Amino acid sequence: MRRLLAIASLACGAAIGSLTLSGAAHAASSMPQMDFSNPLNLSQVVWLVIILVVLYFILANWALPGVGAILAERAQRIQTDLDAAHAAKAEADAAVAELQAAIRSAREEATAELARATDAAKADAAHQAEELARTLDERLARAEADIAAARAEAMKAIRPIATETANLLIGRLTGAADEARVGRGIDAALSARGMA
Amino acid sequence: MAAPTIDALSQFRLTTGLGPIGRAVNFTNSNEMMLIAVAIVVVLFAIGLRTRALVPGRLQSLVEAFYEFVYGMCVDNIGEEGRKFFPLVFTIFVFILLGNLLGLFPYFFAYTSGIVVTATMALFVFIFSTGVGFYIHGWRFLKFFVPDGVPGWMLPMLVPIEFISYLSRPVSLSVRLFANMTAGHVMLEVFAGFMIMLTATLGIFGAVASIIPLGLNVALIALELLVACLQAYVFAILTCLYLHDAVHMH
Repeated sequence: MRRLLAIASLACGAAIGSLTLSGAAHAASSMPQMDFSNPLNLSQVVWLVIILVVLYFILANWALPGVGAILAERAQRIQTDLDAAHAAKAEADAAVAELQAAIRSAREEATAELARATDAAKADAAHQAEELARTLDERLARAEADIAAARAEAMKAIRPIATETANLLIGRLTGAADEARVGRGIDAALSARGMA
Repeated sequence: MAAPTIDALSQFRLTTGLGPIGRAVNFTNSNEMMLIAVAIVVVLFAIGLRTRALVPGRLQSLVEAFYEFVYGMCVDNIGEEGRKFFPLVFTIFVFILLGNLLGLFPYFFAYTSGIVVTATMALFVFIFSTGVGFYIHGWRFLKFFVPDGVPGWMLPMLVPIEFISYLSRPVSLSVRLFANMTAGHVMLEVFAGFMIMLTATLGIFGAVASIIPLGLNVALIALELLVACLQAYVFAILTCLYLHDAVHMH
């Protein structure tokens, strides 16, 4: 690359030099630029080449690499910052996902706990109700038995009272009463009323 | 009183610069302007690179913008290989751009208006890009003059045309820049000369009337600013295209 540049500069220098020198043989033109008899026209090319070469070396070796380094550094800095931002975003996303998972699992746990507690309370209540029903049934049965006993007791007392009353009434009305007939009549009356 | 004449061409006359030392080595006034251009480039880069800030200041932004502009031009037109030619294209671009712009200042010499200067640069670009072509492709680079997909019997006609158009590249490259700059400066000088002529011949009325060439000159300066930047860009981009041809052969 460098060699190519040098060869090209030398070649074009030689070409311009010979062109200018051959032009110098011709008559001077009215345009100063075309006046090749003026030695300054050739000498300015020599100085032009020197100045351009110096400018090229200044730019290629100092100025342009400097600017390029600044631009590369900025691009790299921007890339690093972007990468960091992307990483932070990914981290934040992960944290959010984790949080949501935690909330979901906590909710599920709470729901399960609630269901369990409800079930336990229901079972407890059912148990208690059953217990209560059983004691009530027992008491009811006992009370019914008591009533039945009292009723049987009372029924036993009806027959002698009825016999005595009948005997007394018959004794007042007719004198003597036939014990057997009175007994049969009472039995019949009692059984007719369902009290035997 | 002799009537003043317009001498539009004397502004291109070469003289020696830098005093007696310059006279001894034929250092011309155009070379003085080249030195000023180099000094401006060096100072701009020195100031721009002094801070090396992550967030650039004005001058650093300017230098970076130039760098990225020319770098983009190289890579877009030459391809990835363009990075190797970037310093060369950048040198040519800023040298021509500063030459064109500095030339617009009164009493400054526009070195890009000299045909030998533009021809030297154009010839250099031509020889260099041809050298790159042969360096990369060897003798196969000669196939560059044989267009693809052309019937064989047409080749004897086409190859000379291709060859001549290739040879005309340095001519058009140098004459384009030289002619643009010369024409612009001649026009500025002519319109400025009109003002003097009007005043000399018509007196006070001419002085008032010379507002017209003055306005034209103001407009011309704007146009010349555009031309100065455009021609530097054209020269640089054509350099890139010629290098592209040398690297890719199509």
